[in-house]
Amino acid sequence: MGDEYSIKIRDLTDDEYFFGHKACGGCGGSLAVRLSLKVLGPRTFAVLPAGCMSAVGFIFPQMAFAINAMISTFPGTASMLSGIAAGAKALGLRDYAVVGFAGDGGTADIGLQALSGAIDRNDRIIYICYDNEAYMNTGIQKSSLTPLGARTTTTPAGSKGTGSRTTKKNMFEIVAAHGIPYAATASVGFIPDLLRKVNKAKQTAGTSYIHVFAPCPTGWEYEPSASLQISRLAVASGLWYLAEYENDGFSLNHDPGEFIPLRDYLSAQGRFKHLGEEEIRIIERNRDEKWKKIRRDWKHEERTL
Amino acid sequence: MIKPKIQRYKQPRTISEYPVGPSFQAGHLVFTNSNYRTFKPIIDITLCVGCLACYATCPDGALFRRGKKVSIDYDFCKGCGICASECKAKAIAMKKEEPGRNE
Amino acid sequence: MSKKLFLSGNEAIAFGAKLSRPHVIAAYPITPQTVVVEKLAEMVSSGSLNAHYLHVESEHSALSAMMGASAIGARTFTATSSQGLVYMAECLHYASGGRFPIVMMNANRSLALPWSIYGDQRDSLSLLDSGWIQVYAEDAQESLDLVIQAYRIAEDIRVLTPVMINLDGFALTHTYEPVIIPDQEEVDAFLPPYANPNIMDLQHPRNLGFSSTPKDNMEFKYQQHAAVLCAKDVISDVDAAYGKRFGRRYGGLVSNYRTEDAECVLVTLGSVAGTVRAVVDEMRKEGKAAGLCRLRYMRPFPEAEIAALSATNRAIGVLEKDISFGYEGAVYTNVNSALLKAGHASPVLNFIGGLGGRSITREDIRSIFEDLLAAERQRAIDPVRFVNLGVAAHGR
Repeated sequence: MGDEYSIKIRDLTDDEYFFGHKACGGCGGSLAVRLSLKVLGPRTFAVLPAGCMSAVGFIFPQMAFAINAMISTFPGTASMLSGIAAGAKALGLRDYAVVGFAGDGGTADIGLQALSGAIDRNDRIIYICYDNEAYMNTGIQKSSLTPLGARTTTTPAGSKGTGSRTTKKNMFEIVAAHGIPYAATASVGFIPDLLRKVNKAKQTAGTSYIHVFAPCPTGWEYEPSASLQISRLAVASGLWYLAEYENDGFSLNHDPGEFIPLRDYLSAQGRFKHLGEEEIRIIERNRDEKWKKIRRDWKHEERTL
Repeated sequence: MIKPKIQRYKQPRTISEYPVGPSFQAGHLVFTNSNYRTFKPIIDITLCVGCLACYATCPDGALFRRGKKVSIDYDFCKGCGICASECKAKAIAMKKEEPGRNE
Repeated sequence: MSKKLFLSGNEAIAFGAKLSRPHVIAAYPITPQTVVVEKLAEMVSSGSLNAHYLHVESEHSALSAMMGASAIGARTFTATSSQGLVYMAECLHYASGGRFPIVMMNANRSLALPWSIYGDQRDSLSLLDSGWIQVYAEDAQESLDLVIQAYRIAEDIRVLTPVMINLDGFALTHTYEPVIIPDQEEVDAFLPPYANPNIMDLQHPRNLGFSSTPKDNMEFKYQQHAAVLCAKDVISDVDAAYGKRFGRRYGGLVSNYRTEDAECVLVTLGSVAGTVRAVVDEMRKEGKAAGLCRLRYMRPFPEAEIAALSATNRAIGVLEKDISFGYEGAVYTNVNSALLKAGHASPVLNFIGGLGGRSITREDIRSIFEDLLAAERQRAIDPVRFVNLGVAAHGR
């Protein structure tokens, strides 16, 4: 089911606002940035902290953003966005968007404090987290959004290590707990849903947050052509979900019903190859507990994805 | 249409020819990305149904609309193969690049 | 019409900021800066200052927000102190490298550990290399005047570098003095609106804060260095223009007092200069030729002005509320270097005082001058001395 925020792919602008960048082939993060900017349009001010998208987008004299864009300090995405929004308002600008694109580390770790401050002030900014589940730009180190069991260079899988020992920090609900006007989870595997959510964020009067699942072929170890398939498997297996928070309530956009076997998702990636049955059972149990709550507490409105 | 494009770039020879601080014209490209490719997507336009799945899913924006169908900007295609794997009509095939093409 | 009010240094800063019409203010409270941000918040909420006030959750965010606002063409103001200043250290380098003409007040305060809310200058001096123009005020009037001047200096197209205005914590931030508040129209005539061709623009979009490979990176750094050097002339011009319009001149990079015929000169910075000046007068009455050189700016460094202090048989002292542990005070390092380059042969002594709020009395300063007058005769001594240490230094 669509709504007034839905955007058809054929209605997207031919403009490319993020083009000629140096991301790895098949990069989920760069697809999230490219598509989001197509929705937000040319009158957009973008902020990107230290991370993959800033590293691949602004290497003098190769400037891959066609719109106004700026690299912020690693912890400073949200605060720089607030400054731009405040400046734009004070200068009397009209009809523009202020958007940040930060990775999982830049959002859930080092940038969390500034993000919390911006949401608290309800500044009119759009914060998009492209979550590739580790510090990819520095070479695949664990972040607080690295899932349980995933192998990274700082959570190696050895005789005593089984990859990341912590589960993913629940950024979506942390953000929602601020009482933010609009928050959503999304995935590059579900493009119409992503476009709709960005469009909704664009029209939100206060702070909005979109958490986009963005696979990384380099860090997750799979063929670059499979980025969208991996994204869809994550949702089908229940390890990622598509949901929204607004007006003080959560709603689930899609219930996959019976999950596909976790193995189908995990074994498609090198970073989970080392996991044994016991570890997979723990991941499964965590997933089931989460979904029990989601199905019990959240509104469910199946949408066109 | 707004889109970053390759521009003629002259390496500054004096300090005053540099931008003042790190601030430069948006969308100013100097290099293409074709050297990323080991496989090259080839569209069989007769099979293309114009669904735009490839256009929507390309992380590099290397597929663009041409009429009701699509075309590929090989200067910026990295050959990741997402377009081929997302094409339900199987209109895109990945072909091995010829060695030495970038020399 | 200008008017006279009885203001603290903090309040004078707030009035200076208000007169400069910033579009955006972001600040995080820290003792002894709080009065500045409270006063500005009051002005914004009463409508006497038309600015957007951001209640940020940290100093890092304060300066990060200032950069965002500055990048879109807004004039910005913030204030901090001590732990807050070092917490924003990343953004200090970022703002100068990004060439954002932000103006910030810093209430000079000791750095933990041990904790102390009292004054010294280790906070700002430890960030001397952050690329900011650094100026140290002596009194409340100069504080107010400096804010207005700082915008004109920072926003000058040849400079485009942020300015940090330092006020000694409590000694200046909390001391009340009569302060002349200039007329708004006069300030508007003196300070043109912020215009910067390098900022983000909807008609001509730009990419800012980019990466640069070793191929070009050093050129950007050289450019920054040249801009701060160029600020020397701009500072001097602005001081003259300000004097012409408002009747108050401060002398540019330094402010000298009775140095021409001095047998010894004490170089210092900040509010202690007032006490030094009084002691100079006392000593002159006794026939002792003492003089004062007050460093107003630490960056750009007044190299020529310091070199000009050099004279045969003239001992020079540097009194600072700072120490670079394991060596000497940073101000002394800078002053000594300029003097040695000028061929200065007489003793140059370093007096470290006031750390963590320790008082520096008239007697302390008198004894510094006595040390300087005697220095020529005792060459083989440690040039680094602690003023008013309280207990005997171990091994001395």
